Amino acid sequence: MFEDQGFLVTIGLEVHCELLTATKLFCGCANLFGQSPNTSICPVCLGLPGSLPVINAQAVNYAIRIGLALNCAIRPSIFHRKNYFYPDIPKDYQVSQYDEPICVNGLVELPTYGKTVNVIRAHMEEDTGKSTHIGESGRIHGALRSLVDYNRAGVPLVEIVSAPDMSSADEAREYVSELRAILIASGATDGKMEEGSLRVDANVSVRRDPSDPLGTRCEIKNLNSLKSLGRAITFEAKRQSELISQGQTIKQETRHWNEDQGSTSSLRSKEEANDYRYFPEPDLMPLVPSSAMVDSIRSSLSMLPPERRSRLRNLADTDTFTKSELEQIQTCVNVSLDEMVISAVDAGVPFKLALARASNEVTSLFQEANMLLDKDKFVYLVQLEANGKLSATQTKAILSKLVIDSSRDVNEIIAELGFVGLSDDETRVVLEKIILENPNEWTRFTEGENQLGGFFVGKAMKASKGKINGREVMSLMEQLRNSTVGL
Amino acid sequence: MKVDKLMSLIDISAREISLLVSSGQVSATEIVQAHLDEISRHDGDVGAFLLVSGESALEQAKRVDAKRANGEIMGVLAGVPVALKDNMALRDIVTTCGSRILEGWKPPYTATAVQRLIAADAILIGKTNLDEFAMGSSTENSAYFPTKNPIDMTKVPGGSSGGSAASVAAHFSTLAIGSDTGGSIRQPAGLCGVVGVKPTYGMVSRYGLVAFASSLDQIGPIARDVDDAALALQVLVGHDKRDSTSIPDASFSANFLDNVAGLRIGVIQEMTSGISPAVDKTLKDAMIHLTKLGAIVDVVSVPSTQFGLSAYYLIAPAEASSNLSRFDGVRYGLRVTGSDINETYEQTRAKGFGPEVKRRIMLGTYALSAGYYDALYGKAQRVRTLILEDFAKAYSSFDALISPTSPTVAFGLGEKSDPLSMYLADVCTIPSNLAGHPAMSVPFGTDDAGLPIGIQVLAPARGESLMFGVARALQSGASAQTQPVWRR
Repeated sequence: MFEDQGFLVTIGLEVHCELLTATKLFCGCANLFGQSPNTSICPVCLGLPGSLPVINAQAVNYAIRIGLALNCAIRPSIFHRKNYFYPDIPKDYQVSQYDEPICVNGLVELPTYGKTVNVIRAHMEEDTGKSTHIGESGRIHGALRSLVDYNRAGVPLVEIVSAPDMSSADEAREYVSELRAILIASGATDGKMEEGSLRVDANVSVRRDPSDPLGTRCEIKNLNSLKSLGRAITFEAKRQSELISQGQTIKQETRHWNEDQGSTSSLRSKEEANDYRYFPEPDLMPLVPSSAMVDSIRSSLSMLPPERRSRLRNLADTDTFTKSELEQIQTCVNVSLDEMVISAVDAGVPFKLALARASNEVTSLFQEANMLLDKDKFVYLVQLEANGKLSATQTKAILSKLVIDSSRDVNEIIAELGFVGLSDDETRVVLEKIILENPNEWTRFTEGENQLGGFFVGKAMKASKGKINGREVMSLMEQLRNSTVGL
Repeated sequence: MKVDKLMSLIDISAREISLLVSSGQVSATEIVQAHLDEISRHDGDVGAFLLVSGESALEQAKRVDAKRANGEIMGVLAGVPVALKDNMALRDIVTTCGSRILEGWKPPYTATAVQRLIAADAILIGKTNLDEFAMGSSTENSAYFPTKNPIDMTKVPGGSSGGSAASVAAHFSTLAIGSDTGGSIRQPAGLCGVVGVKPTYGMVSRYGLVAFASSLDQIGPIARDVDDAALALQVLVGHDKRDSTSIPDASFSANFLDNVAGLRIGVIQEMTSGISPAVDKTLKDAMIHLTKLGAIVDVVSVPSTQFGLSAYYLIAPAEASSNLSRFDGVRYGLRVTGSDINETYEQTRAKGFGPEVKRRIMLGTYALSAGYYDALYGKAQRVRTLILEDFAKAYSSFDALISPTSPTVAFGLGEKSDPLSMYLADVCTIPSNLAGHPAMSVPFGTDDAGLPIGIQVLAPARGESLMFGVARALQSGASAQTQPVWRR
């Protein structure tokens, strides 16, 4: 591994996300995935001579939503033309934002790493069509023929460019996963990586020491899943480290991730890169969102994952969390169980208990089958556990029943499983009987041998066939030991 | 109005035609047929049209006549034959832009400006010749054939809307529509002795106009008199939601005042040198005429206009290099298949574009290149700002400005082989495009050989009414209208 050779990896990501607008960025064609080729097209998105673009107001709204969700400043922006020839780009230029993007200076908090990744900018642009190259190479060069579907041409995109702030493949994956959650929560995109709604390019470089300047970077394209992203970064960091170890230098280039081979290969070097000849798009006016518009969009945003996480963290009586607790918080937010945890805490359940039950048991049960859980029932059940009426094992067993059929009554399940706890008096009777049968052990316990507590709880469990509550037994033993009233 | 049977249907104004057709005194069919007859007699020599759509024109005329017969409300251009520059889309009619690369291309839609003409019951009689993609000042850059000046067939009609200006000057159509990026309506109108108008940028929708330089292009009318031009402009102007640069409350009324008494009219000093003696004399006559009408005429310096030509030849080619990228052989028009995609691009464009278009694409590509952008395109944009500031300064002391439309009269076919000398033909017209201001050319005098000389009237943004008032005042002192050579 590259780390073993003393290298550090630095990663910056460019994420393209398709907006959920009804129509395309500059025309009235439907913005839908999976239509028959070349059915959602018109003179404008085909770039026919004489056609002109008109900006989609909904797309601007969504771009601002994204910017606000990423804590960006929203600023006046203009569109530029990015000129290059390719068959799937109908005008042979892409309308994009260049040096005056709509959103700048945002940040994304990595939930479990306790670090933030800076978002340099988020800008609007139009998508290209989709090419299919027939032939062995799968690329345009050497293709027997190429087919182009222009349905995607002109679909609105927002490109989110991060600073090179990530230092592992896992951090990069967490960034994308968190970004995706925020984007989905903003309502601007569906975040479906498998449909290309969210596409990631990774800029990867390595260096030996954090005080060294950043190494020469390579941009990796064709990353279609979080898994590919992680694999590609690891492969690329290793490739670069090996080259440097062999005394070679890294060439700045664009590389293609080959999922099947698990490797990257060169697409084009920096020298081969196009001179895009950016210039302001004369067919569009500058976008100058009013502060009233931005405020109204801000107030319409639902609560976003970072805020939901901090709401959970604030329920705890501590500021320090273990990595696994942070993961539990993230999980609760990601599967929208945070409201359930909050209700439980409001009902007096300790935060960590509510968090653990929701994030571990409920989530894993949810993942097995897409099921529902009634919030009130969850709260009632965890309250019972918190009050010592049920053991952890019992609570988990009841949860698994409840998730399968949320219409069931909690008490009914408790009865069915025989978890009806003994009353305080019954518990006392059982315990006193055991003490009498084991006087030596009891004396040692009263003299301070606390480890013998478990001995009595075990006996009590056995005697009550598991119905007794261990915690109640313990507290009763404490009472008896401290009591001046002898037996 | 009574029909004077001696009055030829090809000589009457658009206003008269509209009245006659709307009142049923003359049918649109008769009007159209008279023009088609004139075209068939003389356009073989002139070459104003790339396509004469006679059948379609007669069908449109029939519809207009039926509309009248049904007692429907008639449009203001009822039965008026209009020729369209062949860079505007008319659904299912071949649109070539004077280029081989678009040969045979039929747009599946109609330009907004054209749609407005149709809605006003105008009759579209054909597509006129132009310099390829509107790049040129003589119409000799057409990939098909050059157009001749009807006033003198050895001369060019100007360009790039040379076919449109020639059509109106030859009485092939009552009106014509052109596009003006650096003078392409006004300069040919001046050289052919007709009126040509470039409106304020954003007054007429560009939707459906094949773009040359998007920030400069503007559609406008060509007519034989100022009031016909105003009527046509009234129809063309209006907001269009398909064009983001369209002015939201764009409107223009053909009712305007021509009382110039007390009006302060400036003659642009920078446009009084380097012009031919005949043009100089005509300009002076125009100044005298306006003074006689009570205007206060004085010379005014608009210094940065002298850099207009240089700035224009960076900005316009830069935008053109991008606008013309789409002609790549992939989706429509000419395709020359190479061994791979790059070769297909190269061969298609090598064969499809003429030399002037290639020159400007190269110029524009260079101006936008990494490392050159600031020194070339960036600087040109700063000149553009300066021109706007200088015009604003001039308009603080003057209501309108005038200048020659062109430094010379129509030059001989094939006479200007050097591109630079051709570019200089637009030196007086370019600043208005860079500023986005309205300007128009009005025929005012002739040289000794009888070649027309136009005076350009310039006004601040949205100052069309004032501009037309000055133009009509000028028209009242103009020499007799020049006639096509076959009618003298």
